[in-house]
Amino acid sequence: MEKFDAIVVGAGPAGATAAYLLAQAGMQVVVIERGATPGSKNVSGALLFSQIYNELFPNFWESAPVERAIVGHSIAFLGQETSVTLDYRDLDPTHTPHNAYSVLRACFDPWMAQQAEDAGAMLLPGYTVERLLVENGRVTGIHAGGDDLLADVVVVAEGTRSQLLKQAGLRDDFYAGDVSIGVKEVIALPEEIITNRFQCLTADEGVAYTCVGHTGGVEGGGFLYTNKETLSVGVVVKIDALYKSQRQPHEILDEFKSHPFINRLVHGGKVVEYSAQAIHRGGVHLIPQLYGDGYVVVGSAARLLLNNVMTLRGMDVAVASAAAAAKAILAAREKGDYSRASLAAYEQFFKQTDVYQDMVTFKETYALLENKRLFNVYPDLISGVMDDMFSVKARPGKKAYRALRDNMHDELTLWQMLKDMAQIGRGLVR
Amino acid sequence: MSTRELSLDDRLGLDKYEIDEEHSHIQVDQSLCLRCQLRPCLTVCPAAVYVAVDGEIVARYENCLECGTCQIACDTGGQGGITWNPPQGGFGIVFRYG
Ligand SMILES: Cc1cc2nc3c(=O)[nH]c(=O)nc-3n(C[C@H](O)[C@H](O)[C@H](O)COP(=O)(O)OP(=O)(O)OC[C@H]3O[C@@H](n4cnc5c(N)ncnc54)[C@H](O)[C@@H]3O)c2cc1C
Ligand code: SF4
Ligand code: SF4
Repeated sequence: MEKFDAIVVGAGPAGATAAYLLAQAGMQVVVIERGATPGSKNVSGALLFSQIYNELFPNFWESAPVERAIVGHSIAFLGQETSVTLDYRDLDPTHTPHNAYSVLRACFDPWMAQQAEDAGAMLLPGYTVERLLVENGRVTGIHAGGDDLLADVVVVAEGTRSQLLKQAGLRDDFYAGDVSIGVKEVIALPEEIITNRFQCLTADEGVAYTCVGHTGGVEGGGFLYTNKETLSVGVVVKIDALYKSQRQPHEILDEFKSHPFINRLVHGGKVVEYSAQAIHRGGVHLIPQLYGDGYVVVGSAARLLLNNVMTLRGMDVAVASAAAAAKAILAAREKGDYSRASLAAYEQFFKQTDVYQDMVTFKETYALLENKRLFNVYPDLISGVMDDMFSVKARPGKKAYRALRDNMHDELTLWQMLKDMAQIGRGLVR
Repeated sequence: MSTRELSLDDRLGLDKYEIDEEHSHIQVDQSLCLRCQLRPCLTVCPAAVYVAVDGEIVARYENCLECGTCQIACDTGGQGGITWNPPQGGFGIVFRYG
């Protein structure tokens, strides 16, 4: 029977990174991916935050299939017929690496997998791993395509659903409130229209919008990112809120796209793909067991994600966790010991990463994601206040405080708002 | 061309699939569905794979986008009637953008 040093399940950012690092260190690694090509099953926004990629693959943006360098991030509050946006622009867009690059997973993932192959990993696309082989609580390999494959260590990088872990009884059940669905369209527009419409200097520059409000009252948000010749537009809403609302995901996406703010940005475009993917909200308090005898869990399969309302980081977190796991596996190889105790080093290494520190920094932000008013009261309130302050109408003008009081509806008391402001402060400011 | 007013079927028609004509990757245990009040499978699926036909839940698996939502919704808000396994290697949705 075939035996490898390591088997990696899944060729997403987490799996490809683990395979790359282990192969580079001389281990015999096989990566099994159920898509006929890597990326063909994967959906993200997607903004790739570059710091950790640049550490791993210096100057990656020069050769990797990235779409545009993100030089502007905006957060938009969408009221009924109005919008209030806060724009951040890097006005010296010459310094690289840029904070983030937009990518399309079907194009980007094959490049990552290629790096692993070039380092010596064997890629087996088009095979679904059907189950983990477990003997006396120890993971010894996998079953795929009618065969058992054995390995000293299995890297589980199967993404959010983490079906294999569930089957093997190696993970807790999900709590519906912790998982969202992302529904997305890719909308084609000529390159120069995108460049002009989003006030970019060149076709290599792009912007990202994170939106709050106008998602059918369902907790979540929307996004719009610029690619070279397409826009990525989508909503991410909580699954339990969705089924309680009795509304279908595409209806929420329609509502989001119908908002005049978004409608203007996508105007004239042609939808070329419709996609969806579940996404765990992550958070430092929800990190599950990351390792056991003969296996480690990396990336989304381990619910490792960072969502601080303004940015959603999963890919770079996946890479960071896989790099920490690879380091622990290499140390385990030195000792010839792949037991739970030996692989526990993974968690320690992960806790030393910047990514983990960021997860700790933003831990209070998760309470914000639970606050319904953020999604269905404040966007209208902020818009109403701005309207009262900017518009010249047949009634007396208002200063900010008066405008605020007049726009507060019965469901929102001043006391409640102060509490919410304190929560926002804890989550994002202090 | 306008980006508005695409029906769900129009959208699914844009996507590429390698359909496994012989096997469905989704099984539904009707006996559990009988007890299910909320039936979240009928709302959460972005491809409207689940439909109620004569009181039974039918899964039109060939439209599946493989997002994972139904299993989570059925386990947490339904009665756990759905068994979803990934399609055999190479089959199912093929994202060209992702
Ligand atoms: C709508 C949406 C928007 C997002 N936006 C962003 C963003 O802008 N920036 C960001 O950083 N993150 C974003 N994320 C999060 C990001 O997509 C994930 O965190 C990231 O993809 C996790 O990487 P991974 O390698 O752990 O898992 P995945 O990328 O999910 O990869 C898992 C791989 O395993 C394969 N696989 C699964 N099961 C099996 C099996 N049984 N056998 C063989 N292969 C298998 C899959 O086909 C897949 O290739 C977004 C997510 C969604 C849903
Ligand atoms: S949610 Fe699950 S148990 Fe309920 S009707 Fe749908 S498939 Fe059946
Ligand atoms: S995986 Fe997603 S698209 Fe497929 S049936 Fe389930 S909810 Fe629908």
